[in-house]
Amino acid sequence: MQEVKDFESRIREIEEKIEQIKFYEKPEKKEKELLKLERELKKEMETIYSNLTPWQTVQVARNPKRPQTLDIIRAIFSDFVEIHGDRHFGDDEAIVCGFARFEGINCAVIGHQKGHDTKERAFRNFGMPKPEGYRKALRVMKLAEKFSLPVLTFIDTPGAYPGMDAEERGQAEAIAVNLREMAALKTIIISTVTGEGGSGGALAIGVADRVNILKYAVYSVISPEGCAAILYKDASKADIAAQSLRLTAKDLFSFGLVDRIIEEPYGGAHHFPEIVFENIKQTLREQLRELSQLEIEELIKQRKEKFYRMGALKEV
Amino acid sequence: MWFRKKQKPEATPEKAKAVKVPKGLWIKCEGCGQIVYGDTVEKNNKVCPKCNYHFHISSRERLELLCDEGKYEEIITNLQPEDPLNFVDSKPYKERLNDYQKKSGETEAIVVVRTEIEKIRTILCVMEYGFMGGSMGSVVGEKIKRAIDICIEERLPLVIVSASGGARMQESVFSLMQMAKVSAALSDLAKEKLPYISVLTDPTTGGVTASYAMLGDVNIAEPKALIGFAGPRVIEQTIRQKLPENFQKSEFLLEKGMVDLVVHRNELKKTLGLMLSFLLDRS
Ligand SMILES: [Zn+2]
Repeated sequence: MQEVKDFESRIREIEEKIEQIKFYEKPEKKEKELLKLERELKKEMETIYSNLTPWQTVQVARNPKRPQTLDIIRAIFSDFVEIHGDRHFGDDEAIVCGFARFEGINCAVIGHQKGHDTKERAFRNFGMPKPEGYRKALRVMKLAEKFSLPVLTFIDTPGAYPGMDAEERGQAEAIAVNLREMAALKTIIISTVTGEGGSGGALAIGVADRVNILKYAVYSVISPEGCAAILYKDASKADIAAQSLRLTAKDLFSFGLVDRIIEEPYGGAHHFPEIVFENIKQTLREQLRELSQLEIEELIKQRKEKFYRMGALKEV
Repeated sequence: MWFRKKQKPEATPEKAKAVKVPKGLWIKCEGCGQIVYGDTVEKNNKVCPKCNYHFHISSRERLELLCDEGKYEEIITNLQPEDPLNFVDSKPYKERLNDYQKKSGETEAIVVVRTEIEKIRTILCVMEYGFMGGSMGSVVGEKIKRAIDICIEERLPLVIVSASGGARMQESVFSLMQMAKVSAALSDLAKEKLPYISVLTDPTTGGVTASYAMLGDVNIAEPKALIGFAGPRVIEQTIRQKLPENFQKSEFLLEKGMVDLVVHRNELKKTLGLMLSFLLDRS
């Protein structure tokens, strides 16, 4: 594996300095010094984040400190009740499902959860769902359809789990069925890619009326490492692959493959979660309002047509 | 050497072609390792008479095999692939496409035809593994979408024969979204109560399995075909152990309830005809 160059080290240095000053310095000296450092920090973040390479963006998207589904639920929803299990085999902690209120509107909420620390990451299987996770998600979507609740999904996964048990229980079938059923689900679906949009494992909860992506999130058919391993027989060329795959929010938006980019300040969602929560909230509010104007048949028609338009080819 | 080693999912033009069985020669079976007479294999639809190993066949050979009297009308021939990402690679994607078009004689990794199978009018899509490992890009997705539209318009059933390493990397998210596109279109077909039979052949993996290949009203597999979501090597890397011999093979999927039946190539046409006749309301 390639050594990931720590392009954020300068930011961390300043942050550490700020912490030290806050802790040790006398109040009169503190204020001036802090102001100076904070200005410096902001400038540094701007310099780094306005010049991120696609591979660096992948690192930001994967940063374990970035807000995940449960953080978003805590921040912008109320009365969340998590529900578990696919009713056939088991539960899957890599996908969180439940019901909650968004500004007074009852919703179904579904999202990948990678986990923040080592322990939680292991518990969540690093956000890599198994068939039961996708089937649980579909069960909740069907409930949402039955009771006319909008479905809000949050995507952040390296991909569907590539393990023996997952294969045995029909990983491919579980994903495929979700794609087909989401395309025709008789209720509003809004998906937001918050971190890593890892291929079919991401799309399996991402066939939606609106697909949003956070500014420093990515979405790709294969991981840059996987792509590099196949093309160059060398996973360490992931930086080149990341560039080739055109996986950044800006690229995806320019291709019409996502509907909206949700802003993140320079420094990213892990430095400014509150601002990003507010931006997500505003986007969801607008889109819910917009989509709820449509008759269900029209909603589904537009959803399907959006995906039918996707593709790059020429007619001769 | 005039016979081929077992093919790997990541195909290059050299090793991606269907097996050519030379006339009047003896070949070594990839399944049992025995020496068998080429003409016998050829006559047996490229299945080893000794061990029933199913050699890879091209999309055209598959059409010969399935269509009544080998007759079909190819449709949706006007779509050409593009290079939307200007994909950087050891070889430019456009060049790669050109090479595969020349080598396989096909414009893309799927052929769509209007035909009759056992006297039942059918829209049949056959993937060409020899074209970039049967990978699914925008053209493959769009051709299937349009094939489904024709099924709905003309009230015809759909059969797709898959052979694919999955979504095509060189079109990145454009390829990924073909999974959504085709699956959405299949929900249209289902709503119209028109049958769709999926035939999974060696190999069917990745985004193709995780979309249309697994969504058949009936899923039929050829014997010993590799069928899965993740490739065996990726799984081995994840779990750090060797996979059992039959893992992700048709018979294993049958045992796990993921395919409806495993059918010998010589029986495939007849079985498709029977299935279609059961599912089509022709009264
Ligand atoms: Zn043999």
